[in-house]
Amino acid sequence: MSLFSKENKAAFTNPLNLDNPILVQVLGICSALAVTSQLKPAIVMGLAVTVITAFANVIISIIRNTIPNRIRIIVQLVVVAALVTIVSQVLKAFVYDVSVELSVYVGLIITNCILMGRLEAFAMQNKPWPSFLDGVGNGLGYAYILVVVGGLRELLGRGTLLGFQIIPQCVYDAGYINNGMMTMPAMALILLGCVIWVHRAYFYKENN
Amino acid sequence: MNFLRKYLNNVKPNFEPEGKLHAFRSLFDGFETFLFVPNQTSKTGVNIHDAIDSKRIMSFVVIALLPALLFGMYNVGFQNYKAAGALADASFFSMFLYGALQVLPKIIVSYVVGLGIEFAWAQWKGEEIQEGFLVSGIIIPLIIPIGCPLWALAIAVAFAVVIGKEIFGGTGMNIFNVALITRAFLFFSYPTKMSGDAVWVANDTIFGLGNTLPDTFTCATPLGEIAQGVASNASLADMVFGFIPGSIGETSVIAIAIGAVILLWTGIASWRTMFSVFVGGAVTAYIFEALGMTHIAWYEHLVLGGFCFGAVFMATDPVTSARTQCGQYWYGAIIGVVAVIVRVMNPGYPEGMMLAILFMNMFAPLIDYCVVQKNISKRMKRLTNK
Repeated sequence: MSLFSKENKAAFTNPLNLDNPILVQVLGICSALAVTSQLKPAIVMGLAVTVITAFANVIISIIRNTIPNRIRIIVQLVVVAALVTIVSQVLKAFVYDVSVELSVYVGLIITNCILMGRLEAFAMQNKPWPSFLDGVGNGLGYAYILVVVGGLRELLGRGTLLGFQIIPQCVYDAGYINNGMMTMPAMALILLGCVIWVHRAYFYKENN
Repeated sequence: MNFLRKYLNNVKPNFEPEGKLHAFRSLFDGFETFLFVPNQTSKTGVNIHDAIDSKRIMSFVVIALLPALLFGMYNVGFQNYKAAGALADASFFSMFLYGALQVLPKIIVSYVVGLGIEFAWAQWKGEEIQEGFLVSGIIIPLIIPIGCPLWALAIAVAFAVVIGKEIFGGTGMNIFNVALITRAFLFFSYPTKMSGDAVWVANDTIFGLGNTLPDTFTCATPLGEIAQGVASNASLADMVFGFIPGSIGETSVIAIAIGAVILLWTGIASWRTMFSVFVGGAVTAYIFEALGMTHIAWYEHLVLGGFCFGAVFMATDPVTSARTQCGQYWYGAIIGVVAVIVRVMNPGYPEGMMLAILFMNMFAPLIDYCVVQKNISKRMKRLTNK
């Protein structure tokens, strides 16, 4: 089987659109609401989840035949916890301010439903390479929704993107005010709902 | 009236599916059914035939709102002239006209944005135009302060109509009161323009009327002062007649009472809801007063702020309130209780009526469910005991 066969490609591209963990499976919502008040933590969180999903998938896929069935969840948790600890330490070392901002949500990646879902549904039955692609696909599928929501919330709620002022001062002088509700988690839920709405209306046909 | 009917019949073919103005079918339908009771009846299902349909009900609510609106216009002018110290040489007419010119843009924005979305939505979905926004559109300007900018109002109305109403299925399906969603959106999104002490008095001139007030001018509502621990100097008569700063239509208890009489006389609003809101609020305020937790008398809680307006026009919304008669008592009473609790116990929110009604909107179906289930189990017992 070639590296980029049709199945492998599907394992990577499906989670980006038609099988998106957030848009279609509606998993990982709590972290998506909690970390998207600004763009930067959203990007970092998305990357962290991508890395962890990809490598957890690979590791579990390698040892899938040796894991006793009855304790597989614990084994998966140990693998994920080890990866989360590594990622958390890397974040603390290199982007300390973002890791403070993300606070418990990096640690809580352990309980992220996307991770456990992919390990159970995909890595336990597939070889390492497709598992890796599936993990990267799901992580990126999660990440780009976070970036969309985080970008919209930061732009409308603070007028900035990645901390740089985007909405010019003259607009504020004309009477414009940042939308305070965008910085609240309630608005994240509504925005996420709107993103899902647009996706279902134009890209995803529920009946097919 | 006949010539109007004839004219409508004449232009109607233009809006039929092959007519040249088909794109505006929903608009035409909306106006036709607004002007004349439609003459076709439903062919299927069981229906109760009533003399008036929902568009006529909506018109009555709008009529009931007019006293509050007209007084609100006058009060906007009154507060401006009072703040400028120019009350003595201002005529009633100039104050009213100034207020009307200040309030009218808000009404226009609210209707244009809201009805625009409703018409576009009906056309897009190929449905009949729904009339729900007729009332919401006039209530929205009445429950916001005069200092609220028009662009923010437009965004809030669009948000409320789409997220608060259309995605639930349109008029009659919404869980939350649309006007209150608008206010809640404004309140949480643009708090500096919806609360505080700089938004309650209009501060510019229009067509030579009114007075320009300095930017630093501030004037808090009586409830706002009380929340900050300052005793309000408004007299009880001012509170009842409405000569206090506040949201445009909420200040005058007298004007709202006229509206309440119209609503109750025509049987549109539920007296149970209305009555129990006041009882719930009065009892709670009385307890807080007895405990010494609030600085004002219990009856002042009922006449200040949006309590009366909310109780009469918003809690009784037939779509979002409880539908069972027993449930209406509970629904109303808890609104009154929660509104006063928020006011007294949370200094961050001087006014709790909006949050109380939105909160209870959410629980109205649950209350109805409990009432119905209780009745079922009661009758079941009667049946099985024999």
